[in-house]
Amino acid sequence: MANEVVLLDFWPSPFGMRLRIALAEKGIEYEYKDEDLRNKSPLLLQMNPVHKKIPVLIHNGKPVCESLVALQYIDEVWNDKAPLLPSDSYLRAQARFWADFVDKKIYDIGRKLWTTKGEEHDAASKEFLDCIGVLEGELEDKPFFGGETLGFVDVALIPFYSWFLVYEKFGNFSVEAEHPKFIAWVKRCMEKESVSKSLPEQEKVYDFVALMRKKFGIE
Amino acid sequence: MSAEDVVLLDCWVSPFCMRVKIALEEKGIQYEERAEDLFGGKSELLLTSNPIYTKVPVLVHKGKPVCESSIIVGYVDETWASPPLLPSSPYARAQAKFQADYIDKKLFDAGSSIWRTKGEAQEVAVKDFIEVLKQLEKFLGDKDFFGGDSFGFVDIITIGITSWFSAYEIFGNFKVEDHAPKLSAWINRCMQRKTVAKVIPDPEKVYEFVINLKKMMGFE
Repeated sequence: MANEVVLLDFWPSPFGMRLRIALAEKGIEYEYKDEDLRNKSPLLLQMNPVHKKIPVLIHNGKPVCESLVALQYIDEVWNDKAPLLPSDSYLRAQARFWADFVDKKIYDIGRKLWTTKGEEHDAASKEFLDCIGVLEGELEDKPFFGGETLGFVDVALIPFYSWFLVYEKFGNFSVEAEHPKFIAWVKRCMEKESVSKSLPEQEKVYDFVALMRKKFGIE
Repeated sequence: MSAEDVVLLDCWVSPFCMRVKIALEEKGIQYEERAEDLFGGKSELLLTSNPIYTKVPVLVHKGKPVCESSIIVGYVDETWASPPLLPSSPYARAQAKFQADYIDKKLFDAGSSIWRTKGEAQEVAVKDFIEVLKQLEKFLGDKDFFGGDSFGFVDIITIGITSWFSAYEIFGNFKVEDHAPKLSAWINRCMQRKTVAKVIPDPEKVYEFVINLKKMMGFE
């Protein structure tokens, strides 16, 4: 049976990057389609009618939406190589918990760093660093959240590194200065081709955000 | 295995706790329910086993905590195999998880907006809530349960919140059945199950709880 995989994505999306990394880790060939989110394609609207968002993984014509759901789907279908989730049910629950923590915190707090000012902005700066600290604590002395190899939480989290220039410039902090162990983990991830080839340059993301700020009149 | 092996930090009115209780009942697992007083003072066990959110439910299995209700239900399903709550095909599982995620993101908050608002804002809240119900009906289609012929994961994720529907209806002055008859039929179907009937509280008690909650939170 033909194994056709299409990824509807948007190049700066950390959620899309998650799927790019997983597909690369598993050695899966796929067609990448970059969406113009101001002018969503009929395919996107048809494949994700509920949320109309990217990423959408389309496998043999059938869509899977929501990046963490799609990561688990990829892990279950292509289970012969590079497992993302551990086999123990307790460790799986822990991995899902921390990926969910990343989902609940990093994107929204990070967004406040470049869209807000004053008290709200300063509170967000503090909260962002606190979250990095919590994640650093969870990592302990392991090379990756998944143990010896990249796992579910690593793949869920590392894409946000491509936004660190944005977060650090607008948040007015240095993650490395506050949480060096976290940056050491980042560097280990970035050594992997599946990761480095899936993330855009930080400068490119920064330029994109600068454009968005102008467009939305945020100064 | 004794009930002490499985402890649930619980609150009777929480739809999220109901999810876990139903899952455990479906699997025939004996467990110890420990009621948390969320307003009086959270227990030491809650604070240490869920330091990130300090919320219920928390399932403590052989001393190890699992947090976040949807994740706990998944853990229960994977730890005790029978009967399976999720389907076996990866695509069907992804659909179920997608629907559960939608319900997690939308249903409870949409309902809460109804009793936290008044006037025009409340009318908007009711309208938004009905839109969510209509989406749930799309997920359900003509099936008996969200997963098909058998009661499963998405049903478990959703049914608890329906015990709050009566409260939403009274505050918002509308009837779920008028706008989502298929969903109403699904609710009745689920309530026929022993496991569900055992766990779901009396909607009148939930309504009284919401009245007190409104007073406490200063929404009058």
